[in-house]
Amino acid sequence: MENEANIKIFKLRKLKEKLFLYGVFSAALIAVVPLISILAYVFFQGISSLNLDFFTSLPVPAGEAGGGIANAIAGTFIIVLLACVVGLPVGILSGIWLAEYGEGKRGFVIRYTNDVLAGIPSIVIGIFIYAIFVLAMRRFSAIAGGVSLAIIMIPTITKTTEELIRMVPISLWESALALGISQWRVTWYVVFRTAWSGIFTGIMLAVARVSGETAPLLFTSFNNQFWNFAVDQPMASMTVQIFNYSISPFNDWHSKSWGASLVLVAIILMITLTVRRFSKRIYYG
Amino acid sequence: MGIAINKAGNGDKIFSYITLIFAWSIPALLFSLFLSLMVSGWPAILNNGPGFFVRSVWDPVAENFGVLPFIYGTIISSLIALVIAVPLGLGTAIYLTEISRGKTGDWIAQMVELLAAIPSVVYGLWGIFVLGPIVANIIGPMFSGTLGFIPIFSGPVYGLGMFSGGVILAIMILPTLVAVSREVLMTVPNNLRESAMALGTTKMETVTLAVLKPAWPGIMGAIILGLGRALGETMAVTMVIGNRPQISPSIFAPAYTLASVIANEFTEASSHVYLSTLIEVGLVLLLITVIVNGIARMLVWKMKQI
Repeated sequence: MENEANIKIFKLRKLKEKLFLYGVFSAALIAVVPLISILAYVFFQGISSLNLDFFTSLPVPAGEAGGGIANAIAGTFIIVLLACVVGLPVGILSGIWLAEYGEGKRGFVIRYTNDVLAGIPSIVIGIFIYAIFVLAMRRFSAIAGGVSLAIIMIPTITKTTEELIRMVPISLWESALALGISQWRVTWYVVFRTAWSGIFTGIMLAVARVSGETAPLLFTSFNNQFWNFAVDQPMASMTVQIFNYSISPFNDWHSKSWGASLVLVAIILMITLTVRRFSKRIYYG
Repeated sequence: MGIAINKAGNGDKIFSYITLIFAWSIPALLFSLFLSLMVSGWPAILNNGPGFFVRSVWDPVAENFGVLPFIYGTIISSLIALVIAVPLGLGTAIYLTEISRGKTGDWIAQMVELLAAIPSVVYGLWGIFVLGPIVANIIGPMFSGTLGFIPIFSGPVYGLGMFSGGVILAIMILPTLVAVSREVLMTVPNNLRESAMALGTTKMETVTLAVLKPAWPGIMGAIILGLGRALGETMAVTMVIGNRPQISPSIFAPAYTLASVIANEFTEASSHVYLSTLIEVGLVLLLITVIVNGIARMLVWKMKQI
């Protein structure tokens, strides 16, 4: 009798296990569905609006045929480039300081504030730049957009730089120092160079991330229907263009919106995937 | 010789000072962010008073502002996101760490990570044209038809509303949830698993008793970190939540969030007080996300110390 009851309990436990295994497996499968759905939609909706015009001409008013997003593509590149120019030195040098000298209280404060900065919603950073840049310059500008993206990049770059420099083996350090090279030269020419490929990966991932940012650009770089290469003027970007087109009532603009999304997603995924593959080679031989 | 050593010493000093200045620019940046939002939001803080948090009017013409509907929309949409994403994310993390560490697992992990690379505005676009119609025509009627007597499923179903916002947020925080809880689960020492298995537990009992229990604070941290993301997410939510400042019990009704009111109205704010009020909304959002993230980081950090 007792034995039978035990078998029953055992069977119940086995059944529970089976349900659990199916449960977590289906969770993992369901988690992948949105990605496939989004990629498929963006591809099939976007591919039809891609043509030469789309990449080479300016936006046209609703109702007119043709037109493209050439200025928005260029704008995104310029704004992201500005973000790199401003954000990379800050992030990289701060990361070096944290890795080399960042013990104790000061290091804790900077690490902590860096984490806080990383958690701040990008739209709040947009407001900040609006308050200190746009109000002072009295107009929206590409440089304001670039700076707001730079602030979003800085925490990631700082963290990556610190972590990768810490990963450089101590023996490399010691052997360089033993040659009589001064400490800062060792840091800059030996340790940083060794960590560089990894840091570069981090930078590219951050670039991919900020290329898709919209919220802080809405009221910093704003938008522009024309060509503009002056950084103190409003500038178009792909993301703001996608947003404006998608909430419009026009079908033609909707399909342009899908087209722009396809271009943007393709660029971002290309960067992300290439960099991932590349970095794997570095880390795992 | 002595001179050379001296020179080297100076170089070290200069280098450390330069990097130090850049490092301190981060706290300075954060401080000036707080300060500038306080200064620009001050006229609104004076004008709106503490009643700002309990009023549910939003009347820019009369300059009468209350932020309650936005707080409601932000919190409820994020909670919907958690209800959907936590079981999925935790299940995925368990699958990846405890069950499959092979090729399939690698693929799934990479694809979930890629979700984080898709721009928010593209999620919004997908939400408007794909998710919205699905909610309006299939999911909404399914719930309101069978469970319509419960207030949260009652009323007419709009495709663009709180529920769609929650679903989009769930997808967007999934990578964070999976990545962090995966990392947390990996910190659980293997001998806990082995000793549980030695007692004859099934796979499920091993996971629930020997892995999830010690990992719990870290998993809570992952969940709260996801919550922090959801609270501050702007574009996708703005595009699908319906943008109506109201407090409705139904999750299918349109709503509004702190972040989306800023995104929608900032460039249209005509008066000084109006603009300042939107900055005050930003300040509220900033404080909420900083507190939530602080709690999350503390929990995850504690976990990693074990």
